[in-house]
Amino acid sequence: MNGVHDMGGMDGFGKVEPEPNEPVFHAPWEGRVMAMNRAMGATGVWNIDMGRFSRELLPPHVYLASTYYQKWFLGLQQMLLERGLIDADEVGSGHALRPGKPLKRKLTTDVVQQGLTRGSFYRQAQAPARFKPGDRVRTKNIHPPTHTRLPRYARGRVGVVQLVHGCHAFPDTVAIDKGDNPQWLYTVVFEGAELWGSDTDPTLKVSIDAFEPYLDPA
Amino acid sequence: MSNQQHDDHDHHDHGSELSEMQLRVRALETVLTEKGYVDPKALDLIIEAYETKIGPHNGARVVAKAWADSDFKRRLLEDGSAAIATLGHTSRVGDHLVAVENTPRLHNMVVCTLCSCYPWEMLGLPPVWYKAAPYRSRAVKDPRGVLADFGVKLPNDTEIRVWDSTAETRFIVLPMRPAGTEGWSEERLADLVTRDSMIGTGLAKQPAEAGR
Repeated sequence: MNGVHDMGGMDGFGKVEPEPNEPVFHAPWEGRVMAMNRAMGATGVWNIDMGRFSRELLPPHVYLASTYYQKWFLGLQQMLLERGLIDADEVGSGHALRPGKPLKRKLTTDVVQQGLTRGSFYRQAQAPARFKPGDRVRTKNIHPPTHTRLPRYARGRVGVVQLVHGCHAFPDTVAIDKGDNPQWLYTVVFEGAELWGSDTDPTLKVSIDAFEPYLDPA
Repeated sequence: MSNQQHDDHDHHDHGSELSEMQLRVRALETVLTEKGYVDPKALDLIIEAYETKIGPHNGARVVAKAWADSDFKRRLLEDGSAAIATLGHTSRVGDHLVAVENTPRLHNMVVCTLCSCYPWEMLGLPPVWYKAAPYRSRAVKDPRGVLADFGVKLPNDTEIRVWDSTAETRFIVLPMRPAGTEGWSEERLADLVTRDSMIGTGLAKQPAEAGR
């Protein structure tokens, strides 16, 4: 979706402000939100792309005015409500008013390591890779209203395949519960001028990781 | 936006009153616990892991080893996940780690314009600036301007290569080894490897800066 989360190339956000000796969390609740997200993710009720999509669906003014962990909190609560795992009156009262639904798994202390371990996104290839390193490709000019990982600044642009990362679960379908739909994944490199025009820094090159359905031969 | 974030924290989270967020988060955790979905003790362990075990020191070890061991460096650049798996890190690095090497002619920088993808197992949780709009918007268009915000200036003819982490691939920058470190142990070298040097918004420390 063409949301405010798709920030590459936008102007007006000001300088980057590194914080010396930044703490891991700026308040205890940030850690609780991070851990609740990991723990609920580990139950298998949703996947990482559904989580991303939930934050992209926040209204633009909310997205821009919220800190990172506020967005995580809002996305988490929304996913729990949408799936009927909790109800609004429970959020309001701060207590469970009805028993929980059965879940496939629960992240207990003895299996916490699983909650910290990154899963693999490799999937069985359904067809041979269409492109190889060195191939020129043009990204498609697509504007799906749902989750996609092709950023706006890199649509309809010509680049060169640099790396082939194997066949991966496809976020565009995974995020909307339409299955893994495995697709080949490539690092595609663009000249700065192809993305930003001829007066761009000539030393700039930018790459994205592009799934095969995003690409046409060029 | 990062100013806004800092202000919020100062006003609410470090004060004596519980912030609205703290109350809302506590309420949700209570509901999830009473529903039987989460175990607060497991949440404690996750937080503790990111506060004590999983941080940039993991990545620094990998970089230092690559500087000291040319065979490891070759394997790291060929297949980051496989090479790092041989080191026995506390948290598995996952299947999709790619290490990219800085040279006198090429400077790599990593961003996630769409969200905040970051090599957690190597660098821990990302800093606020990495997840905030100024970095995510400008890194792909004006990386030299971003580097200036970090006080870093590169030669005008150095190629700048920005890697936008748009899939589950994760990137770590192998910064250039500082001069004057010949014969140093991996442990001493690791002290020169900063988090920002592995994101590409900084350079490794010089020997005179060691320990700072």
